[in-house]
Amino acid sequence: MAIRKVCGIETEYGIVVRGADNNPVSASSLLINAYVNATSRKIGWDFEDESPANDARGFNLDDVFPPEIESSLVNAVLPNGARYYVDHAHPEISLPEVADALEAVRWDRAADEIVRSSMTYANEILGAGAEMVVYKNNSDGKGNSYGCHENYLMSRDTPFGRIASHITPHFVTRQVFCGAGKVGCEEPNRRPGDVAYQLSQRADFFEEEIGLETTLKRPIVNTRDEPHCDPQKYRRLHVIVGDANLSEVATYLKVGTSLIVLAMIEDDQLGDEVLLANPVAAIRQVSHDPTLTRTIMLRDGRRATALEIQWALFERARKYEQTHGLDAVGADVSVDVLDRWERVLSGLETDPSSMGHCVDWVAKQRLVEGFRDRHGLPADSPRLKAIDLQYHDLRLDRGLAARVGLETIVDPRDVLAATTQPPTTTRAYFRGRCLQKFPDDIVAANWDSLVFDVGRDPLRRVPMMEPLRGTADHVGSLIDDCDTAAELLDRLGQ
Amino acid sequence: MAERTQRQKPTGDRDAEVVEEAAPATNEAGEKLKGELDDLLDEIDEVLETNAEDFVKSYVQKGGQ
Repeated sequence: MAIRKVCGIETEYGIVVRGADNNPVSASSLLINAYVNATSRKIGWDFEDESPANDARGFNLDDVFPPEIESSLVNAVLPNGARYYVDHAHPEISLPEVADALEAVRWDRAADEIVRSSMTYANEILGAGAEMVVYKNNSDGKGNSYGCHENYLMSRDTPFGRIASHITPHFVTRQVFCGAGKVGCEEPNRRPGDVAYQLSQRADFFEEEIGLETTLKRPIVNTRDEPHCDPQKYRRLHVIVGDANLSEVATYLKVGTSLIVLAMIEDDQLGDEVLLANPVAAIRQVSHDPTLTRTIMLRDGRRATALEIQWALFERARKYEQTHGLDAVGADVSVDVLDRWERVLSGLETDPSSMGHCVDWVAKQRLVEGFRDRHGLPADSPRLKAIDLQYHDLRLDRGLAARVGLETIVDPRDVLAATTQPPTTTRAYFRGRCLQKFPDDIVAANWDSLVFDVGRDPLRRVPMMEPLRGTADHVGSLIDDCDTAAELLDRLGQ
Repeated sequence: MAERTQRQKPTGDRDAEVVEEAAPATNEAGEKLKGELDDLLDEIDEVLETNAEDFVKSYVQKGGQ
């Protein structure tokens, strides 16, 4: 049976400073430091167990540069169990580990609120005459992209080759409901005007089917093998192909459908029926077709639309629910994901424009085309590109996504609570609770351990190699009962 | 040209739903949608970055994953 899934999202945000130094690294540092200083005692990230250059295929490529770890940049762990840091030249938040798609939406929205607060604090520091603005998007429209990565816990027993080949059709076609929309084209060797409007921010940037890279020659399936947990039992599928979503429903479906498809792959319930002949060409073809009518080539020579491939995956998922159940992927939530998946496919099939309340690319397209028609603008007008960028602007008084009537599925009070509270369902609970209760005794944290300094040498590292241990059920009352970190360590047998 | 793939046969339930959703929108609903879009476009006229060309040109984000 598929293992119980844990997942997370890491979002790199776009950042701009007007009226002051626009260096993205210092701006990102200012943003994060402003938040951390205003809200909590800063606890650093521990890099001991980072190994982003390991390849899931079990070999190393000599011509691939291993991803770098920039340990000198700002790096903090938040009381909700998230990591907030400067990655390359962007502020990034990695959500605490969550156990289902609804929790992913809740903590993803909390991350947006953390960034909004950070903007406020940073702008107080910048003072009058300067302003910092953060964007939740994945492209600057000039050929530069930055990621919104997903992570899914998988069994080490599942052959990586099967994961890669069977998840690819989903990654290529799920953009029909989770693409964030883009004005223009950034595909290498094509002109921006070659495509007026497309589904995805990211599709133009994918050049390989499979590989270790994340910044150059990006692959549809990333092979980074860095599980951040027991490597004998687990792998972490690191997904770099998605867009950051402003629509809660889109995030919900992006994560929820992927969880179900990955569980099916673990149980070997996806056959070769919808394997693609050329995934790299297909991901762009699908993105470049807002009519959703063009077909892509399957490996067996047939052709199918992205929607037909999604229907095929959906039908298998329905069958899987009946034969295997959905306990591995959060049964209650995943049953709802199936219903919404069906509704969004039906809606897109009937009339894509009817899905503007939940699909980002549809909501944005309505603005772009409505504005174009109202002002009689040419397709290459910078004002249309400005609408595209401003859709993702996280300022409440400027951001367009906040105005288009997107359906919400998480109570704003729950979002607010998630800015400071960890999920109760994963080891993030242990991390977050300890950071809240014993901030003076923790010197460093990372995904799979906490390092305590309780005044007794040496420092104590508490390993957390099981992502589903350290939950509220598991350690909630223990943490409640302990008045000091030393007592907690004693009772944990440390 | 390769033959088009056989469309997955939808379940009975979904057939019913598709038919229901496919019913043409009433004029009233259409007018309401158009009115909403007009209001939204009015708002965009107000909040869109004033010098769109400079804004778009200066939005450069290097060094991402």
